[in-house]
Amino acid sequence: MAYDTNYTGQKFKVVGTRPLRPDGVDKVTGRARYGADAFAPGQLVGRVLRSPHAHAKIVKIDTSKAERLAGVKAVITSADLPDLTNGDQAMYDMLVNCMAREKALYDGHAVAAVAAIDAATAKKALKLINVEYKVLPHVTDVDEAMKPSAPVLHANMFTEGVEPKPAKASNIAKRTEFGHGDVEAGFKEADVIVERSFRTEQTHQGYIEPHACLANVGPDGQGEMWVCTQGHFVYRNHCAQLLGMDAAKLRVTASEIGGGFGGKTHIWAEPLALALSRKANRPVKLVMTRDEVFKASGPTSSTSIDVKIGATKDGRITAATATLRYQGGPFLGIWAELGAMTSYACYDLKNVKTVGYEVVVNRPKVAAYRAPSAPMAAFAVESVVDEVAAKIGMDAVEFRIKNAAKEGTKSSYGPTYGPIGIGPTLEAAQNHPHMRAPLGKNQGRGMACGFWFNFGGQTCTSLNVNPDGSVTVAVGTIDVGGSRASMALIAAEELGVAYENVRCVVADTSSLGHNDMSDGSRVTFSSGMNTVIAARNAKKVLCQRAAKMWKIPEDAVTWEDGHAKPAGANAGDFPPLSLKEIAAAAANTGGPIAGHNEFVADGAGVSFATHICDVELDPETGATRVIRYTVIQDAGKAIHPSYVEGQYQGGAAQGIGWALNEEYVYGKDGRLQNAGFLDYRIPVCSDLPMIDTVILEIPNPNHPYGVRGVGETSIVPPLAAIANAVSNAAGVRMTHIPMSPPRILKALDDKKARKAAKAKAA
Amino acid sequence: MDDNRLFAKGLAFPPFEKSKREPHASNPGGSRFMRYEAPSSTKAAVTLLMKEKGKSAILAGGTDLLVRMKGGFIEPDLIVDIKRIPAMREIKKTASGFQVGAAVSGNELGRSVVKKAWPGVVEAANLIGSKQVQGRCTMVGNMCNASPAADSVPALVAAGAQAVIVGPKKKRTIPVEKVSTAPGRTSLAKGEIVESLLLPKRPPRSGDAYLRFIPRSEMDIAVVSAGVNVVLDAKGVIKEARVALGAVAPTVLLVAPAAKAIIGTKLDDEALDKLAAACSAACSPIDDKRGTIEFRTKVAGVLAKRAAKIAYQRAGGK
Amino acid sequence: MSGVHVSTTINGDPIDFVCDPDEPLLDVLRNRLGLTGAKEGCGTGDCGACSITLDGELVCSCLVLGAEAEGRKIETIEGMADGDKLHPLQRAFISNAALQCGICTPGFLIAAKALLKKNKNPTEEEIRFGLAGNLCRCTGYDKIVRAVQEAAKEMRGA
Repeated sequence: MAYDTNYTGQKFKVVGTRPLRPDGVDKVTGRARYGADAFAPGQLVGRVLRSPHAHAKIVKIDTSKAERLAGVKAVITSADLPDLTNGDQAMYDMLVNCMAREKALYDGHAVAAVAAIDAATAKKALKLINVEYKVLPHVTDVDEAMKPSAPVLHANMFTEGVEPKPAKASNIAKRTEFGHGDVEAGFKEADVIVERSFRTEQTHQGYIEPHACLANVGPDGQGEMWVCTQGHFVYRNHCAQLLGMDAAKLRVTASEIGGGFGGKTHIWAEPLALALSRKANRPVKLVMTRDEVFKASGPTSSTSIDVKIGATKDGRITAATATLRYQGGPFLGIWAELGAMTSYACYDLKNVKTVGYEVVVNRPKVAAYRAPSAPMAAFAVESVVDEVAAKIGMDAVEFRIKNAAKEGTKSSYGPTYGPIGIGPTLEAAQNHPHMRAPLGKNQGRGMACGFWFNFGGQTCTSLNVNPDGSVTVAVGTIDVGGSRASMALIAAEELGVAYENVRCVVADTSSLGHNDMSDGSRVTFSSGMNTVIAARNAKKVLCQRAAKMWKIPEDAVTWEDGHAKPAGANAGDFPPLSLKEIAAAAANTGGPIAGHNEFVADGAGVSFATHICDVELDPETGATRVIRYTVIQDAGKAIHPSYVEGQYQGGAAQGIGWALNEEYVYGKDGRLQNAGFLDYRIPVCSDLPMIDTVILEIPNPNHPYGVRGVGETSIVPPLAAIANAVSNAAGVRMTHIPMSPPRILKALDDKKARKAAKAKAA
Repeated sequence: MDDNRLFAKGLAFPPFEKSKREPHASNPGGSRFMRYEAPSSTKAAVTLLMKEKGKSAILAGGTDLLVRMKGGFIEPDLIVDIKRIPAMREIKKTASGFQVGAAVSGNELGRSVVKKAWPGVVEAANLIGSKQVQGRCTMVGNMCNASPAADSVPALVAAGAQAVIVGPKKKRTIPVEKVSTAPGRTSLAKGEIVESLLLPKRPPRSGDAYLRFIPRSEMDIAVVSAGVNVVLDAKGVIKEARVALGAVAPTVLLVAPAAKAIIGTKLDDEALDKLAAACSAACSPIDDKRGTIEFRTKVAGVLAKRAAKIAYQRAGGK
Repeated sequence: MSGVHVSTTINGDPIDFVCDPDEPLLDVLRNRLGLTGAKEGCGTGDCGACSITLDGELVCSCLVLGAEAEGRKIETIEGMADGDKLHPLQRAFISNAALQCGICTPGFLIAAKALLKKNKNPTEEEIRFGLAGNLCRCTGYDKIVRAVQEAAKEMRGA
């Protein structure tokens, strides 16, 4: 059916209000069921044996003793997961990551798994598996891994994207380049040039719910899986392919999800649970422990980034470059590429060039983490932008406004922008009272901008009008932060019914066509747009039914305020029919009433944010506290403003943790030293202030309501904003994230020493 | 199973990570006859411990023990829960001070009379873990974990607290600083249990304080810490002092030169600087995931100064 | 291992169970009694998602042995509402959008209830430190703190 996805500028009745979320009661009473909360008859407990070495050849695995232990029902190794990937390197990497084959590539890499009658037996069985390793030299640091002398992870890895193709294998998996203009010429025009190198350490998404699934594969080759995931269709497709099953035969039901932030867009132990279940012929529940989550699932890259920006005295950036090195764990990723694309997306630049290097190291496979790769690039770029502004004596916000991208700007990564929000967020920041609030002793203020692409993707939605006039919306996109409420609001808006009469559910993989994951800030945009279209399709059916009831032509009926009405005086004089009345008569007018749609949602609107942050330093200990924080972001249109604010605040909080304290600490032995919430320090309640939010609404022309994604952009500016604030408070530029107390104290001491040396020399 | 759990909750000190346990050590089947016992008297507890041929573990708050068990660092054959022994649950005011039972939780201690006399000790104990952990954790457990980063220990050492140890032989009393001999090791013999801690009676014009450095505002292990206890004369001059440092050496340190630096002073800036210098000089930490040598050494002095000021003020000094 | 027989009271109901001597109470609640409202986020007392009260004291059920529950009184999230009447904290969490994914919510509610029992009118700082043992990764805590403030106000009858 034809539909219009363009922005209509309509006035809303319920969209933009703040009703109670439909899953609220279940979640406050403990009834909501997450990944580990499901049980199946006869279920076994699955556990995974993991490599204690950063890099080792697996010489031999002897599982015979474990198999003989009473209560053990299945033991698997990579031999139970034959390579069915047919030359698809990305799928093969996934398979290797789920279960090591020839080599263990990082501390925590799975090497075997067991299914037993209970956790204690499974734990014992793991101890009875004898793995003979030949330990190999390892490398965990991104810069070290790029050196010619570094131990090479893959003998068949030759850097892609360079001509000629290198003859020697290395850990540099790929080079990418973006930009336009002539940067050399641009730097010649500059009055001021600032060049600096930055480092960021590896962080984890830190979802509170560990990965968990309940897998059940029968001897007839049919299977079911209950799993916490951001994309059950993608999990289904990948697991089915790795296990040699038809996608139709593996029905995946998504549990409530206890946080993902990108970490649950990749399969980890799910294929192992399915393989164990298949071998044991019993359901297998597999729940990762917290240290397994840290060691073997989803961190983001650690990075090393060089930035150079030149500007004229009157505040125009003449040229900008960045070289970005991101490690992706042991496999080729897209992480440096995303960093290179996003680095300068906020600015309107004549001459810009960014180069990204994907690097492999002996650390866990990197997964997406909320606007993956953008926060690190923004940290480096926005730090230098601040420094350039200071050097030419211009206010940091003013300097950014002068150089901000706008409608018609050719972005540094290629496309030309439509209407965008970077300018408005900067102007809102400039006018925000936070910017003018006085600062106390040892306090500093910083601000920074951030960008994220946002995504649309494949979406399939069904909307059913029930005989009693209530409405069910079945979506295939996981609800990570309240999207069922948003979908219900959208359906209510379109159909003209009350929000309370609509229930949105996340359907399983057998009930809808493929849906991409809940990633790329795409759910409210794409599933929301699909709900609009499905509802409009349902309205057409409702009008047809009314026409039938009135015995007039279909095109003589229109839909208004939740009612079918005759289109005009010529159509006849009938009192409006409510959705409820039409639904009640459906059995006699053609049967069930529904609206469907499936499409690729194009036109996700890019999103920008500006953050302002105040910090207070303890100059004697290097301790930092964020004392005030403001997020200003363009939402396009906020469907449920409370959950938009929640995304802004949550992203900011994750960014604050990343900026100040979170980091993976590896020992010389290549093993992760802080695989737990005690020493991997995510912010606690007493670490943070209230986080103020300003929602701007610059409509996305490609969405009927103007919606842009909101989930990810909020984590992009914090590293930079806090680094600018700390640098301003400390009087010294901070170039290494996290800015942990030892790093800040050292920077302060070094500054003092430099000052003293200078005084002495004078 | 290998992970960092041994160091969780201040159990041990990473610089001395000597626990290179085989990652998949052979202990097929683990302990098949593990028992849980909750005796109602100290004597019964000692008997259980003496009779046990395998490994035994004492369960007080359990906030360290269960973490160690979960990580596979300890697989006891016998768990002796001491929380049902009435004597271990009591806080007594005695002629010579206070007696705090081994199973007294952080919350119970926080609500008790001890807080007024020894605010530094109680604050230190109440810094361990979260509010949830405070409902369970005990000072004696904290001490017997023998972590140099244990929060309550520097405060106890500064306070001159004694541990009352019962066992198959005679009851004995030793200074708290003699309990831990190395990270994760204590001087207790088989069958011995710390029954209680003794805190001395407070003379007039006395005060104590404990401060630790953690990167977050809560939920962390001390990167470095300092406990200070002072007694003033009528003129406000410090006549007695004890200074203890945590997380800067294999065990909590009692730093005599640091005490000496402030005795005879009114805690003027010069005395404070000397105190800080003495503390920094006493440190022998190493770099680890929680902090650097440089950081610990420097901040030990900073914290000692700050704690001394609080203790001095609490003692009535101006 | 020989099982330990335990008689206890959970949310006012008499409950008997048999558990392993080294089995955490959290595992007993979740796997033996079907009370999955308490969540395991870490299993080491660092996240608070498994918070319950034991004889009125707020504890992490992952750091309590099932065997210790003998004769004790346990309260879990499943017992927080009074029939179909939600506790003011539960209502305030929903109306303030104080949860996104919701995995930490049961632990926060139990901890917040324990906090308000001790302190009927906590300051923002007291709420923040009172809830520091509960990790939330979605909300940045802002709306959680506001929900607790609102519920506290309602409970004081203010």
